[in-house]
Amino acid sequence: MSSIAIENEANYLKYKGRYKGLLGWILSTDHKRIGLLYLYSMAVMFLIGAGLGLAMRFELLAPGKTVMDAQAYNATFTVHGVIMIFMVVIPGLPAVFGNFFLPLMIGAKDVAFPRLNLLSWWFFIIGIFLVLSALLFGSGTPDTGWTFYAPYSFRTGTNLLPAIFGAFVLGFSSILTGLNFLVTIHRMRCPGMKWTKMPLFVWTLYGTAWIQLLATPVVGITLVLVALERLFSVGIFDPALGGDPILYQHLFWIYSHPAVYVMILPALGVISEIIPTFSQKHIFGYKAIIASTMAIAFVGYLVWGHHMFTAGMSGTAQYYFSLLTFLVAVPSAIKVFNWISTMYKGSINLQTPFLWAVSFIFVFMIGGLSGLVLGALAANIHVHDTAFVVAHFHYIVFGGTGFAFLGAIHYWFPKIYGRMYDKSWANIGWAVFFIGFLTLYTPMFYLGLMGQPRRYYDYLAEFHGGNILATIGSWILATGIIIIFANLIRSASRGEKAVMDPWHSKTLEWTVPSPPPVENFDEIPVLEESDGPYNYK
Amino acid sequence: MEQVKQIVHEHYDPEASKIGMWLFIFTELLLFGILFVIYAVYRYMNHSAFELAAEELDAFVGAVNTIILLISSMTIAMSTSALQKKNVKFALLLIGITLVLGIVFLINKYFEWGGKFDHGIFPGSAYLVENFSQGEILFFGLYFIMTGLHALHIIIGLILISVTMWRIYAGKVHADRPVLLENTGLYWHLVDLIWIFLFPLFYLII
Amino acid sequence: MSSERNHIVPYKTYVFVLLALIALTLSSIAITTIELGGLAYAGALVFAIVKSFLVLTWFMHLKYDKLYIILWVVFVFAILLVTVVVTFLDYLYR
Repeated sequence: MSSIAIENEANYLKYKGRYKGLLGWILSTDHKRIGLLYLYSMAVMFLIGAGLGLAMRFELLAPGKTVMDAQAYNATFTVHGVIMIFMVVIPGLPAVFGNFFLPLMIGAKDVAFPRLNLLSWWFFIIGIFLVLSALLFGSGTPDTGWTFYAPYSFRTGTNLLPAIFGAFVLGFSSILTGLNFLVTIHRMRCPGMKWTKMPLFVWTLYGTAWIQLLATPVVGITLVLVALERLFSVGIFDPALGGDPILYQHLFWIYSHPAVYVMILPALGVISEIIPTFSQKHIFGYKAIIASTMAIAFVGYLVWGHHMFTAGMSGTAQYYFSLLTFLVAVPSAIKVFNWISTMYKGSINLQTPFLWAVSFIFVFMIGGLSGLVLGALAANIHVHDTAFVVAHFHYIVFGGTGFAFLGAIHYWFPKIYGRMYDKSWANIGWAVFFIGFLTLYTPMFYLGLMGQPRRYYDYLAEFHGGNILATIGSWILATGIIIIFANLIRSASRGEKAVMDPWHSKTLEWTVPSPPPVENFDEIPVLEESDGPYNYK
Repeated sequence: MEQVKQIVHEHYDPEASKIGMWLFIFTELLLFGILFVIYAVYRYMNHSAFELAAEELDAFVGAVNTIILLISSMTIAMSTSALQKKNVKFALLLIGITLVLGIVFLINKYFEWGGKFDHGIFPGSAYLVENFSQGEILFFGLYFIMTGLHALHIIIGLILISVTMWRIYAGKVHADRPVLLENTGLYWHLVDLIWIFLFPLFYLII
Repeated sequence: MSSERNHIVPYKTYVFVLLALIALTLSSIAITTIELGGLAYAGALVFAIVKSFLVLTWFMHLKYDKLYIILWVVFVFAILLVTVVVTFLDYLYR
């Protein structure tokens, strides 16, 4: 223990580089510091986005105007969507935990291009400020929804250009992160770490990085075209000039559907780390999980049209997209089977990260299965653009990625800060959050099936009961978030000291002191034939 | 609070740099690839209008620019060979030719675009809306966007080439460390590659 | 591996590739001046594909690169092709 204490003095949180204080952070090329920069900037954006979500729920507490009118509501859901999608869940897991743990997990001292990594964060921040400037200046807050659908996106008088440009810059940040990770995984694995010995989180980051790299340029150029349309009326998507607005939807979803997998794949990776650790058992079907990860990444690239079933696509395209949507459910289900089988006969340690992981499986399955309802052509026409869709994607994006994110932070917290959080408060936070989540989003399934459309500030009196329930749920959820944040923030400085490997995990990040030293490893680890990320006992 | 120097790695992995460049090229390919998808869709929908509009473009100027770019690609590729043979002056000369040819390409492009603007053919012009069909307007819209974006890449390429030349001149890029020159070459070839498709799609429709 | 990195392509090779590329460019112009209708256009595109193949193989050194990089490039072009095909599932049958 004493040797750890000495090394701790040179840990990444405390060392002094060329710059001091805040500059030492925002100009640091250390992947761990950059990971935390992302974490803090994302936490701020998450709180803003969550506040807007609460405001929307409050508006829907009663039919008619409660606190805001239609225009304000449109702006609120647009900004909520843009913030949550582009600034929180898409960069979320890769940028925070990928940056922090990818080099540690593969036994490297840093990512392949550390300065490029810092540049990615700066692009991220610039993107955030550009989007926020759209809210504060100019002729009104954007009201198009986060999808910027043509032709409304170049008809609306609101200040859309900075938001579009911001989303473009955020996309650039995402591409550079993906590029960095791909090169890192290819070139910087420690000796002995073959492809089949990589932790599953790294594998999911690999699949994610490919999607980031190959899909993000599509939305980049599409948003540029919308901007050009607004500036010069070129006519590309404008039906008045011969353009086809449905083509815009195609291009938008060619990116934005794979983006869903950018959000969810690393989440699946996190769960694949947490479950074997807290079951103290080798992951069941390691190669099946890798294969299903790559299958999701690949097939997920080809199903974009299921967002457009009512847009006026050809019947042939609809059949195709519906079929492939059903196919993509198979690899996701394989993973659920693998996790359950891993837990079977394991010695389960019911800690907070494991609670998050198990509840993740629960909400992920509801979210996924409701996705099949939406993927079926006939059912889709009934529930398209209703609250059902809102419930579905919040179950996947917030329930999936969000739960995995919170699981990940409770799992890796002792490694990141070298301190342990208060476990009972963490469990209480989880319980309140989970109850709030279910109360908030479950009624929306029902409301959607009964026909309440999404994106309206008003609704018919018959939907009142469900909406009251959902709004109460939002308050419970907010309470849970406050408990979790308060516990983590307090524990980061005042929690009890954590040991090197509190969960008895086998992956490489647990072989360095907590918090890790500046250069991660004094000596690059070498894996033996018998070593592996999940070799318990 | 021990003072630890942030260690700057003199870590040189040419393969990492190379695949990094390739991955970046993939994003560029997708960027332009999607524009080609848009082109394909609108050409399919406005077949005859595209043929009509293409007659406004001068195939001769397009062909000259094609050959200029092809030669410039060859010289930058040769430049790597020259550098590896430790013939620094010849390497600088060859990459310099690429730089000059890139500028000539842009000058040609400038006059080509300028001619179109003089005739009132540019995005959003009233003349265009009054005298041309929707398909033709789309053709010109795509023409300006795609060649414009391509020209932007030429400009970025020229900046990259200038930096590379300076680094070669300063001796930072040499026979044992040619990776910056190789990557600049890769980027320039990408620009060439895109033009190879832009040329028949816009200039050679009869 | 080091021998791979130090592989120096002779100038002559590049000149031959350039001559082939120029010849293909001129042929693609020539073929579109003949009255072949859509066939001429397809011909011009085939020439463009052959040209891009030459650029990728020789100028961009794929010939001397490791297999996985070549597979990447093939994969990316395949993805683009699939994207076009899937998009046209809509437009062809609308």
